[in-house]
Amino acid sequence: MLIRLLVVSLAMLAVTPAQPQTKLDIPVIYLRQEVPAPPVLSNLDPIPEDRGIAGAELGLTDNLTTGRFMGHDYKLDLITVPQDGDLRGAAVDALGRSRLLIVDAPAEDLLMIADLPAAEGALIFNAAAPEPVLRGAECRANVFHSLPSLAMRTDALMQFLQKRRWDDLVMVAGVYAVDDAYADALATSATKFGLTVRERKDWVFDADMRRNASQEVPLFTQDFGEYDLLLVADETRDFCRYLAYNTWEARPVAGSEGLEPVTWAPVVEQWGAAQLQNRFRDQAGRSMASRDYAAWAAMRAIGEAVTRTTAADAATLRDFMLSDQFELAGFKGRPLSFRTWNGQLRQPIPLVTRSALVAQAPLEGFLHPVTELDTLGADAPETDCTAFTE
Amino acid sequence: MKTTLAALLATCAAMPALAAGEIWVTNEKDDTVSVIDVGTLEVVRTIETGERPRGITFSKDFSKLYICASDSDTVQVMDPETGEILYDLPSGEDPEQFVLHPDDRHLYIANEDDAITTVVDTETRQVVAQIDVGIEPEGMAVNKSGSVAITTSETTNMAHWIDTETHELFANTLVDSRPRHAEFIKDDGELWVSAEIGGTISVFETEGQTEIAKIDFEIDGMHPDRVQPVGFEFTEDEKTAFVALGPSNHVAVVNADTYEVEDYILVGRRVWHMAFSPDKSLLFTTNGVSGDVTVIDVESREPIKSIKVGRFPWGAAMRPTTSG
Repeated sequence: MLIRLLVVSLAMLAVTPAQPQTKLDIPVIYLRQEVPAPPVLSNLDPIPEDRGIAGAELGLTDNLTTGRFMGHDYKLDLITVPQDGDLRGAAVDALGRSRLLIVDAPAEDLLMIADLPAAEGALIFNAAAPEPVLRGAECRANVFHSLPSLAMRTDALMQFLQKRRWDDLVMVAGVYAVDDAYADALATSATKFGLTVRERKDWVFDADMRRNASQEVPLFTQDFGEYDLLLVADETRDFCRYLAYNTWEARPVAGSEGLEPVTWAPVVEQWGAAQLQNRFRDQAGRSMASRDYAAWAAMRAIGEAVTRTTAADAATLRDFMLSDQFELAGFKGRPLSFRTWNGQLRQPIPLVTRSALVAQAPLEGFLHPVTELDTLGADAPETDCTAFTE
Repeated sequence: MKTTLAALLATCAAMPALAAGEIWVTNEKDDTVSVIDVGTLEVVRTIETGERPRGITFSKDFSKLYICASDSDTVQVMDPETGEILYDLPSGEDPEQFVLHPDDRHLYIANEDDAITTVVDTETRQVVAQIDVGIEPEGMAVNKSGSVAITTSETTNMAHWIDTETHELFANTLVDSRPRHAEFIKDDGELWVSAEIGGTISVFETEGQTEIAKIDFEIDGMHPDRVQPVGFEFTEDEKTAFVALGPSNHVAVVNADTYEVEDYILVGRRVWHMAFSPDKSLLFTTNGVSGDVTVIDVESREPIKSIKVGRFPWGAAMRPTTSG
């Protein structure tokens, strides 16, 4: 197990704050389970080594700046567990040192950690697992989610397609479990917004493929017939990049490629986002991606709750985050807050291409009695999460 | 159209000749300034600036125009008669907003990307001080007596109180999320700070830097999330504040004594900042998304005209002219 201590060097300045000071130490641990990335046809989009971590580090810098005026000292420790490492042991160790965890691990690992006796009363932020079930039947009272659920993202896309009246859809899905999950989420969201996924084909071409992907695609999509838009569920980004312009019919592509519903992307620049993007790029040396944003938001949510409550214990912070007092300025045009029924951070979802922000959901016209943000993902009346009401 | 024209003509007729002047508006995504004639309510000049112009203010005698050219990392000094850039001032990186000290000499500049407030002497053209503040400083204010400067930081959510003698912070007060703009009123007795994401204005008494009021906004049929106070200005008597409410596309009229909202005026999309005409009878708001300026009749609190300017108008400043 590799334990790396992040060295935080922010010049503590000799300022004399009039804000009443309560000295507080806020240690946060970023716990990462390393997972193998399956092979893909193209290496154009390498996964950064510090995916997620760099976001938490920027959140730390942001928190420290406020903290120095308040007497609040934040720390961020990183624990990375290799593929065959002892995640349970690492989690017990982490929970012994801090009650505030950001977890970057697959869904089953997240639940294992949340269910540890040592995790009772801790506050765990899920910054990597998008599965709706973690916000539903398998929700945990000690787990908040700064990453949007798959359902929030696919609902966002379907709002847009509905608005454009592209209601006759077909889909191509990859073979991995993540592709299946995304395909299911797309289909569920399509139904929710009154659209039809008329046909789904699986992309099963293996190493025996005689021609390259772009030559296969016209033939592969020929028997879809007429449709409005082609959905693609290929979360490892294996083949999706070869679909656009190669389809038999001249139709747009959305999902894992083309128009993508994302947590965050480098093309988001409205609402002061340009400043966040610049700060991230200066600090990390690359552009900010969805996982980075989720980890940043978790760190900032902790910072915001500590600042407003001048407390650092998990119970006080949790209560405050679930109250209507909590709001996070997340550079998405409106305040972000946590859903009281499942701990999900409610947030707008940008719909982007690789070069532009096309729209941001919730779109105008999708109404909600409380907040339009809750038109994305499972709403209070339909949730099967009970851990938050017990 | 007819009523608008009638109202417009009435307004023009009612305006004394003394009120002649111009409203200068920075167009953030066009790298220009649009100059609006207060008499004709037309754009009479469009002048090129540095990249991403935002904050804009005139020297006391209106002989110099200062422009924050954010992406050029400089404050430009323009001759408003000729539109010529005279010289650049050192400003620190990414200057967004600034305020001119009552001594007419020192500019206090918020450096958005650097978490710094820079103080520049406009005569020697030297940086006098750089003060570490919170993340994404934006709102800037100096009190009338010149003793205190304020920087608000958007991500740190604080108003930082700067002693202008020592250039040191003597207080940091929390406000709601994303503070954007600050103003002193009532003989420096009160400080108002708007919070865009928080959706509020916090009012502080300046002696002890304690919050004495919080102003909330509520527009029928509009979700509170979209009601985002940013820039605001006071009438001459300081009895009324006009508050730009961003993507709610409204300007609120606030009673500055009771802190109650009296009115909401519909303007263009994502309203940012504003400036009064010389006689304070008209108010000009910059509407970022719709790319125009709404003219409000202050007396009747009615919008009377939209004027197309450049892309993403942001700052506004008034300059009286003698020709009218």
